[in-house]
Amino acid sequence: MKYLDEFSNPDLARRLLDQIHAATTRPWAMMEVCGGQTHSIIRHGIDQLLPDGIEMIHGPGCPVCVTPLEVIDKALAIAARPEVIFCSFGDMLRVPGSSQDLFRVKSAGGDVRVVYSPLDALKLARENPDRQVVFFGIGFETTAPANAMTVYQAQRLGLENFSLLVSHVLVPPAIAAIMESPTCRVQAFLAAGHVCSVMGTTEYPPLAEKYEVPIVVTGFEPLDILEGIRRTVLQLEAGRHQLENAYPRVVPAEGNPAAKAMLADVFTTTDRSWRGIGMIPASGWKLSDRYATYDAEVRFDVADMHTEESAVCRSGEVLQGLIKPHECAAFGRECTPRNPLGATMVSSEGACAAYFQYRRLDLVEAGGAHA
Amino acid sequence: MCLAVPGRVVSIADRDDTRMAEVDFGGVQKEVCCEYIPDVQPGEYVIVHVGFAIQRLDEQSALETLANFENLGILEEEFGDGFELAARQAGEDVPR
Repeated sequence: MKYLDEFSNPDLARRLLDQIHAATTRPWAMMEVCGGQTHSIIRHGIDQLLPDGIEMIHGPGCPVCVTPLEVIDKALAIAARPEVIFCSFGDMLRVPGSSQDLFRVKSAGGDVRVVYSPLDALKLARENPDRQVVFFGIGFETTAPANAMTVYQAQRLGLENFSLLVSHVLVPPAIAAIMESPTCRVQAFLAAGHVCSVMGTTEYPPLAEKYEVPIVVTGFEPLDILEGIRRTVLQLEAGRHQLENAYPRVVPAEGNPAAKAMLADVFTTTDRSWRGIGMIPASGWKLSDRYATYDAEVRFDVADMHTEESAVCRSGEVLQGLIKPHECAAFGRECTPRNPLGATMVSSEGACAAYFQYRRLDLVEAGGAHA
Repeated sequence: MCLAVPGRVVSIADRDDTRMAEVDFGGVQKEVCCEYIPDVQPGEYVIVHVGFAIQRLDEQSALETLANFENLGILEEEFGDGFELAARQAGEDVPR
């Protein structure tokens, strides 16, 4: 059990928890979509402060975790080329491909660079006209505007030595896919606050209506998450299924119109495979025809690479909320942050990494996992 | 990387026809693109994700969030050296 005084405002946390406990009369299972929320929940022990019947199912909203193996392998193949400077966010360095990771490519002499912003990669392209600079463009709707702007700028500046390896994914089709699954246990969603700060909230009422699930846009800090859970429980108990915005200080209903306009110009919807989950129709973005020459898959002829997922790693079931990380036999044994079998053990937002970092000792004491 | 960190806009300048801002994150300063919040002014707080301002935020919320992130070591994760973090996780040296 965690202590409430770790919260920034313990009195408010206590009041929110009291209301959640008072309102809960039945067991409910709700999914927090975003990996950042998963980490906050596990780090602060929020799930342990909730009524026994309330289960938090950890969703697939970790972009690093759902980037398919074959895209990682494409990244590795491109990064190993001598003419390439391969730029990535730091989270991707140790995500295992079929045989290695970007960290190993760098150790073997590949020019792999970690950047804070995709615009840093564009700067490298300007400074190194004799090299090919590739940026690994992964992420949900929160990250896509940054990559869109970067490609737009590359075209505007006439930078022909820049390209993007794109693997963008979208939240609403993932919610639909989860609800369509025959094994679905999710009765409500905490939607990802920062995705909605870009896209707004208008995509969600039709989903809440169609699948009869409450969807509550929720922030990332412990108090935000408690407020999201409180509003979700109130809806579930009242038999309502609506969109609510519990993060209005960052999420206007319309989102960010300038970012949405750029996204509509640079990207177009496409089917995407999600690591461990499989293909979800119309669940991602690729470069639109106007920017197709900036597609690294075409430029480096890796579009036809196909690979198979590991049979041991059960991250697909974790990402769908079918098992908790420690229910995988490899958790904490063959699979650790030092030797990860799957991306969920690597990313700072992966559910397996969260359980390993914050729960491993508890799980060992309870006899529920391996040391 | 889905993290978005609040920061205070210190100054704004056009660079190559792109609106860029110097943004202060509790002492760490970074150059941030503010094309998506085109009318932002120095002194205002914005939420920044991978070097892009994506929304405004009121000062009190921003300061509370920054204090939380500082306590949790999240700012170091966000702005630290990616290779050092990965090397520490792998238990290996940073490749040179």
